[in-house]
Amino acid sequence: MSEEQEPYTIEKLETGIPGFDFLSEGGLPQGRATLIAGTAGSAKTVFACQFLVEGIKRGENGVFITFEEPPKAIRKNMRGFGWNITQWEQERQWAFVDASPQPGERPMVSGEYDLGALLARIEFAIKKYNAKRVSMDSLGAIFNHLGDSAQVRSDLFRIASALRELDVTAIMTAERTSEYGEISRHGVEEFVADNVVILRNVLSEEKRRRTIEILKYRGTDHQKGEFPLTIVPRKGIVIIPLSAIELQQSSSNIRITSGSKELDTMCGGGFFRDSVILVSGATGTGKTLMVTEFMAGGVQSNERCLVFAFEESREQLFRNATGWGVDFGQMERDRKLKVVCRYPETTGLENHLIKMKEIIEEFKPNRVAVDSLSALERVSTLKGFREFIIGLTSFIKQQEIGGLFTSTTPSLLGGSSITEAHISTITDSIILLRYVEMYGEMRRGVTVLKMRGSMHDKDIREFSIDGTGMHIGKPFRNVTGILAGTPMYVAQNEVDRLSGLFEKEL
Amino acid sequence: MNKYLLKLYITGNTSRSQRAIANLFRICREELAGQYQVEIIDVLEQPHRAEKEKILVTPTLIKQLPPPLQRTIGDMSNRNKVLLGLDLLQQD
Repeated sequence: MSEEQEPYTIEKLETGIPGFDFLSEGGLPQGRATLIAGTAGSAKTVFACQFLVEGIKRGENGVFITFEEPPKAIRKNMRGFGWNITQWEQERQWAFVDASPQPGERPMVSGEYDLGALLARIEFAIKKYNAKRVSMDSLGAIFNHLGDSAQVRSDLFRIASALRELDVTAIMTAERTSEYGEISRHGVEEFVADNVVILRNVLSEEKRRRTIEILKYRGTDHQKGEFPLTIVPRKGIVIIPLSAIELQQSSSNIRITSGSKELDTMCGGGFFRDSVILVSGATGTGKTLMVTEFMAGGVQSNERCLVFAFEESREQLFRNATGWGVDFGQMERDRKLKVVCRYPETTGLENHLIKMKEIIEEFKPNRVAVDSLSALERVSTLKGFREFIIGLTSFIKQQEIGGLFTSTTPSLLGGSSITEAHISTITDSIILLRYVEMYGEMRRGVTVLKMRGSMHDKDIREFSIDGTGMHIGKPFRNVTGILAGTPMYVAQNEVDRLSGLFEKEL
Repeated sequence: MNKYLLKLYITGNTSRSQRAIANLFRICREELAGQYQVEIIDVLEQPHRAEKEKILVTPTLIKQLPPPLQRTIGDMSNRNKVLLGLDLLQQD
């Protein structure tokens, strides 16, 4: 390769860290050093380890140079992710270079010195194990246990250029003092590496939010901005990439049944197969019923159906379904249905998302329902919630799965919720369920507010619920103001006059 | 007097390495009167020994015997520090 060509042909090494290769558009620049900077507790060591772990899975050996924790502690701490470092060491796939502070007295300093021995050890380990990946954790610690920082600085440059010579792809971690400020504590670490990635662990609205940002990627493209990141037991770091996946979604013209013939008619023949439908309504308007019918309709057309319930227990759901003539128990025994119940509070939203994706990948459903999104909104920040919705929607669309989400409106009559305000643009269809108060009686109305790519019924129709499910009837012709929450009765002759008004003018 | 067993780790044949060796031998000659043995280890030739001993910087002098084990880093130009590292001088 000639010198001139080099800038245009920076090859990337797939890291295997979920989401990172998307974010970095292919992985870490091969044969370069990348700095991973973050405050205490921002998962730098996990990142450094995982980089090697994923390499081993791909048949690439790794060398881990530790300046802070002794190898013993790292082996132990990483067991929780299912990483058996000891075994990899025995199989000669993983080697430690232990540069952690040794117990005992600090050495006497009798004059000038350099990190020549460390460099020799690193080179030795890389050659001996034929390593392709190297992690150094963390650079700041060398400054702490060697006094002469000017010397350390120039030695770090030597190490970085030696790593380049050996054609290994390296990660160096560095400590930061604040989430938004100087890149690294000593202000030199970022100059040693070609690329800089920042891990953050920000406290926002009393909740911890981890993010990752690629700050500098010399000469190559990457996604810009912060992306949510989470740490999953037995898996490690998982990055949730948001933006670009949305654009790849194909859209299908195939219709699927909503489980209710009348509702299918209102939607112009059913939902689209890979569309996301939002059902919004106050408590008790029939959202869970719609979920139940959506599932039953799927099972009847021999599809696999999955429900994530965050509000009700299994028993409640099954009892409700029986009340509407749907036997969830039998469906589950036939392996056509899977009901997953969770308390929203058990874990963070990022982890819910990852868990849900895992279940979807494992069960391979044709349709998925989430009841309700509003319950999940409670455990997250607004930004995190929006990211969750985007992540989930794009994921299920990619899999060509139909999705039905419910959202609870806070007021009984009319109104909208924060949930809707944040996700209505992401969903393909919106169905509103509303209470209508008429002459001292509560009745229920349903309308299809939006149906992307299709004609649909514009009426607000009355519906009733009985032992066989949902029955949609006639439009509320002589009531106005339902969606605003202030229904008003209009005399029949006035309705006739109004509907005739435009016809006359035409 | 106990016999001194010393190991000096250096990186290649640099002027810093030369200086460390010369300084150390001068101190040994003057202070230890023949009761010493010095092994010089070049980490470029024997990196596994640096790994085993967890040597980070060069030059590093290790006083193996008599106990306790002591480390002195640097080019040995500060005579007092070297003497401290060899327990030939008490701190203060």
